[in-house]
Amino acid sequence: METREVVLPGELIERKGRKIGKGVYAENDRVFAKVLGIPRIDEDEVSVIPLSGVYIPSVGDRVIGIVTQVEISGWSVDINSPYTAFLPLSEGVDFFVDVTRTDLSRFFDVNDVIFCRISRVTKSKIVQVSMRDLGSRKMRDGIIIKVTPSKVPRIIGKGGSMINLIKNKTGCDIVIGQNGVIWIRGERKDKAIEAILTIENESHVIGLTEKIEKMLGG
Amino acid sequence: MKTREKLIVDGKRLDGRLPEQLRTIEMKTGVVTRANGSALMKFGNTIAIASVHGPRALFPRHLQESETCLLRCRYNMAPFSVDERKSPGPDRRSVELSKVIRLALEPTLFLEDFPRATIDVYVEILQADGSTRVAGINAASLALADAGIPMRDLVAACSVGKISGTLVVDLTADEDNNSEADLAFAMLPSKKKITLLQMDGILTKEELNKLLKLAKDSCEKVYETQKKVLKEKYKRVE
Repeated sequence: METREVVLPGELIERKGRKIGKGVYAENDRVFAKVLGIPRIDEDEVSVIPLSGVYIPSVGDRVIGIVTQVEISGWSVDINSPYTAFLPLSEGVDFFVDVTRTDLSRFFDVNDVIFCRISRVTKSKIVQVSMRDLGSRKMRDGIIIKVTPSKVPRIIGKGGSMINLIKNKTGCDIVIGQNGVIWIRGERKDKAIEAILTIENESHVIGLTEKIEKMLGG
Repeated sequence: MKTREKLIVDGKRLDGRLPEQLRTIEMKTGVVTRANGSALMKFGNTIAIASVHGPRALFPRHLQESETCLLRCRYNMAPFSVDERKSPGPDRRSVELSKVIRLALEPTLFLEDFPRATIDVYVEILQADGSTRVAGINAASLALADAGIPMRDLVAACSVGKISGTLVVDLTADEDNNSEADLAFAMLPSKKKITLLQMDGILTKEELNKLLKLAKDSCEKVYETQKKVLKEKYKRVE
């Protein structure tokens, strides 16, 4: 089975010329890998896609979070990261709420699972999330599993090919957060989980789609 | 342990090694499944396991740094790792070694990438036969790479010293206890930067320079193994 070339931290990738992307650093006109991962050299940018590591929030990411605390004017959300996020009341509901009379837990309570978007990240990584866009919602029923965040693109596949394959073959509803949290609901969720964990363990192997197709069979 | 008259006979050391020969090196990553990254490292009979947790949220909050990440290291020797039972828990020696391991690893990490967080490195010595701190550093550096933490380079470490008037590399416990001088050494191999240099004993300037050269060459060898182990992890063929 063919695998892709892996680079180690400190390994030389190329001479400086392109834009410095994620997972690389420049020193004396040369570009080195910063993390263990797969190098990617595009026309104008060089980067390394890590093979492991925790989720670091960045603006625009769609993530699945768990409400950990109901506060005076918002909620604290665990987004599977070293940094907890805050969901302000105005970003959580789209109508006027009088905070002096309302208990916010009637909108979101502790342990609720929400699909939301990272709306702001400060320099010292204070994170704000928002639910004011299409697709953001409270997830009811179902279960959640966690995978390595850097493998999420592989689980989704090119243009969603891999995830659609799993959805079609198992008939499950699946929502993937870019923070590595995956929500699954459906009769054959065991099969879906098995497939997702296989992808996570063998994400560096080429020709994985065929293997998953065979695994899920008919 | 009784003092031996001669640690080198006919140009060979007690375990049959040549003066500039390392013990058998063995490394493995991913040995602690609950950690973000982990590694095991063996220098002959010395066994160290390192596990890396994080970057994770740091509590209590007053320890948080708004600009950078905290690196915390703990070096711990198992009670059964040495001949005479070591009483468990931190002591003067392990507190010092925890600090030098942290200082040896800190220059390679991009700690500013994770403000307010912490990275915890636990180094456990399961079996001690000299050179435990450098085995710990090697394991920790592998574990950090395994955890996907941004680094400038891996860290390779080894020990060198002088026994019975001869300059040697990778001292065993026997040799270390009866050495004229010993030196722990860690470096960033592809940057040629030294991150740990600790010496005990008496050496002349020329001897020190020779030892540094020896240590650098040995670190290169350790580095080769580290690279091989990390690359092989992602080259499994089914």
